[in-house]
Amino acid sequence: MGDKFGIIVFPGSNCDHDCYHVVKHVFGRRAGYVWHKETDLSGYDCIILPGGFSYGDYLRTGAIARFSPVMGEVMDFAERGGPVIGICNGFQILTESGLLPGVLMRNRGLKFVCRQVYTRVENNRTVFTANYMRGQLLKIPIAHADGNYFADDDTLKSLEDNGQIVLRYTDSEGNATEEANPNGSLHNIAAIINRGGNVLGTMPHPERGCESVIGSEDGRGIFESVLEAM
Amino acid sequence: MKVEIFITLKKGVLDPQGKAVERALKSMGYEDVKDLRIGKLIEMEIPGDSMEGTERKVQEMCEKLLANPVIEDYNFKID
Repeated sequence: MGDKFGIIVFPGSNCDHDCYHVVKHVFGRRAGYVWHKETDLSGYDCIILPGGFSYGDYLRTGAIARFSPVMGEVMDFAERGGPVIGICNGFQILTESGLLPGVLMRNRGLKFVCRQVYTRVENNRTVFTANYMRGQLLKIPIAHADGNYFADDDTLKSLEDNGQIVLRYTDSEGNATEEANPNGSLHNIAAIINRGGNVLGTMPHPERGCESVIGSEDGRGIFESVLEAM
Repeated sequence: MKVEIFITLKKGVLDPQGKAVERALKSMGYEDVKDLRIGKLIEMEIPGDSMEGTERKVQEMCEKLLANPVIEDYNFKID
């Protein structure tokens, strides 16, 4: 496989450039933008659904973007086992499209929360986290109003049982407490993966944690892990 | 035909917005307010006069886009 990242651009995406910058300038790999009306993903080895406010978050976050022409191709790409990363709004689009279970609701505190948080690596046996240690703490920024992960009890249980919870919000000591939960997510869930292990949804922004000059390099492992797998 | 669609949060799903509004009403003196939940009302016009066809169409719209079955229920009225 190659090393080319396809970054999907929806009307209202605003972290597409951050992702492009990280892949291209921090890691020196290939990246290309894919406008949401395109329907050809051949030539790409990993797809990123970036953060932002696709379609103004109208109706529900991610609900309209999920019907963009490119999403059919993204579903096929994922079906074939291709790695897909949804960050923030991208995570919301993945849950709306059914590629990941559950839903991201309005934050418990109703406010947009934009700050560095601590998350703990719960599962490092994934193509996105292999370069981390299990239990490692990552300081990564979040920036969202709708990151409150919800799923019914059966879904939560199967996420837990199958190791699909990849990151959990914790305090600086690594304890997944109620106080360390920035948005009310059930089980302090910050990132999950599908059963097939190739679709990752994360509310924290790894692409904003790749350079020490902006406060953290802890997000690099996600890109390094997937690059090694590619 | 005139269609009104009501989207409501499923029972058991936390509604932080509803809670905030309930608290506001209480602080305004309406202390007996309880179980306040906020939903959405969607209105639309669909040309045609077959009740059955319109019903089927609206149901499809709700299932595909307008409601998220993980957290929401829907109901509609057609005139």
